[in-house]
Amino acid sequence: MAILTIRDALNQALREEIIRDENVFIMGEEVAEYDGAYKVTRGLWKEFGDKRVVDTPITELGFAAVGVGAAMAGLRPVIEFMTFNFSILASDQIINHAAKMRYMSGGQFKVPIVFRGPNGSAYQVSSQHSQALEAFYANFPGLKVVMPSTPADAKGLLKSAIRDDNPVVFLEQERMYGIKGEVPEDDDFTIPLGLADVKREGTDCTIVARSMTVPLAMQAAEIIQTDFDVSIEVVDPRTIKPLDIDTIVKSVKKTNRLIVVEESHAFASVGAEISHQVMEQAFDYLDAPVKRISCAEAPMPYAKNLEEMALPDVPKIIQAIKEVCYL
Amino acid sequence: MPKTATRQKTETNENSTNGAAAKTVSNTKNNSGVTDKVNRKEAQTENVSRKKHQTDSIKRIEPKLLKEMLYQMVLGRYFEQKCAEVYRIGKIGGFCHLYIGQEAVGIGTIMALREDDLVISAYREHVQAIVKGIPPEEVMAELYGRAGGIVGGKGGSMHMFDAARGFYGGHGIVGGQIGVGTGMAYAQKYKGTEGVTLCFFGEAAVNQGMFHESLNMAALWKLPVIFICENNQYGMGTSQTRAMSISSVAKKAEAYGIANEFVDGMDVLAVREATERAIERARRDSLPTLLEIRCYRFMGHSMSDPGKYRTSDEIKKYQERDPIVLFRSSLTDAKIISDKDYEEIENRAKDAVEKALKFADESPLPDEKELFTDVYA
Repeated sequence: MAILTIRDALNQALREEIIRDENVFIMGEEVAEYDGAYKVTRGLWKEFGDKRVVDTPITELGFAAVGVGAAMAGLRPVIEFMTFNFSILASDQIINHAAKMRYMSGGQFKVPIVFRGPNGSAYQVSSQHSQALEAFYANFPGLKVVMPSTPADAKGLLKSAIRDDNPVVFLEQERMYGIKGEVPEDDDFTIPLGLADVKREGTDCTIVARSMTVPLAMQAAEIIQTDFDVSIEVVDPRTIKPLDIDTIVKSVKKTNRLIVVEESHAFASVGAEISHQVMEQAFDYLDAPVKRISCAEAPMPYAKNLEEMALPDVPKIIQAIKEVCYL
Repeated sequence: MPKTATRQKTETNENSTNGAAAKTVSNTKNNSGVTDKVNRKEAQTENVSRKKHQTDSIKRIEPKLLKEMLYQMVLGRYFEQKCAEVYRIGKIGGFCHLYIGQEAVGIGTIMALREDDLVISAYREHVQAIVKGIPPEEVMAELYGRAGGIVGGKGGSMHMFDAARGFYGGHGIVGGQIGVGTGMAYAQKYKGTEGVTLCFFGEAAVNQGMFHESLNMAALWKLPVIFICENNQYGMGTSQTRAMSISSVAKKAEAYGIANEFVDGMDVLAVREATERAIERARRDSLPTLLEIRCYRFMGHSMSDPGKYRTSDEIKKYQERDPIVLFRSSLTDAKIISDKDYEEIENRAKDAVEKALKFADESPLPDEKELFTDVYA
């Protein structure tokens, strides 16, 4: 096992898939000569050249569309958004075109495309650069939505996303690019989409966390274990759509308590969906109401103290655990 | 005719049409406040010039192909007329945008392609789909929402697709397909095929950001795409003059360094010749072209359009420039077809449409399980 950052794990995945399949190319703003705004594509342009690593004008709707058309005509584009906030400009292509093409064409066309880039908050980049958009994209049939939280997951899931024949929205997190972890060295290491991972086994309370809230949940679990001897299970769905609800339900049936921690806003969120599905499938197993920790119901502020208040953090998770476990 | 001469001719056409429009704005405002863009005398003069052009062009094209072009135009006309008829009795649902009046554009362009070239269009695409090779039966069954439709009843009027025949839809978001078509050409170049992509859109889509984003990328990356703006002069009920600050669509290409032509969309042979020049540029030099093909739809925007934004007089005058009537008369004068031949063409087209209706009527409804198929690959 190699120790890699999430950034380098993603870079390896891209590199290996570019080598593996001549139809794979990456396209986006600053991905080539500049080495990527967040250096995820570092070195790829130098190694593979203009054909496989393509700088675009700042024209998100346009290059997303080029990706969709190229995918329909047999290529496997990886479209990088410098941040997913900019994907909103391209959402007509992602939602109205990529997601529906297979269905509208009666199954004649597939759109094997990955839209990837950082989702959610960074550090003090304010309202228009801090949104977590997974619920938005997960709402539409035809799209898959992936959110890795570790270097190994990042690599294995990105490789699967590139090989998948459907449009995949692959959401990274800017705060997490530097997180290190073990990554298998096998060139063919993949993690199937739609499979949750139990990041920490426990018996007393389930926390479903994704992306940047996974490390927060892990820290809170350790503190609660030490201070109260309460055992927390942390489930990371990794793929939001399709959602591995079975693993979540199985965990809840064991612990009888559920907390969902998410970086997005609460209203109509993925957490709301998980709460609902658990209510449907494990209502009788719940010993406390499902608790959610989400981003404050306000656009993201700039000021450091306000931004910290808006986001989930370890103390908020500990407080939630105390509430559902009656500590 | 040498290339330069044709180019000059299309430019002259553009000037005269623009001139007519400018003149009539002040001259012929009618009581309803709708501006009548057609001056009858100029229309007749234009017709004479078109006729002359067609008579010259006919000599350079195989008679068999000319007859097939006329057949496709007549077929398209009957097909759409029948659609209107059965729509009114509820056999077709939803939106239904008809191509009547614009046949010269679809036939003139698509029939200049090679079989492996690709086409993508907007939502007024029934006839284009047929010309690209989708059997009329499968287009009609799709309109009927039946299992025998080209996409099994999942798309309807706006979403005809045929992967094998290179017809990439059938798209309902104004301008969305311009970028997708650019991407198809991107893939053709990436793979080193010599194929080209024809990308259709209306003049109203030119006001969308996507048009400009796509032209920029197509020029930047030298893509073999032919942008075909079917300028029927109305974006739904809003006339081009009320929606576009600079009325020449073709000239907008110059902002991106893209070759462009203004083409008379009532003259199927002028359309074919302009398309052939664009195809050569795309295939040989991998360069994009924008063709602004001026046409007119004889029907409303869709079947639910009461059409209050234009006068029946305006429509009638354009109907006098009917591209089928013109082409038939040119072919007759050139002795390519006789009246009897035309009658045969009409009968063949009518039979094909009747066959399509019968097929659609007899085709079963989609199986209920189809609701959930093809969501994911």
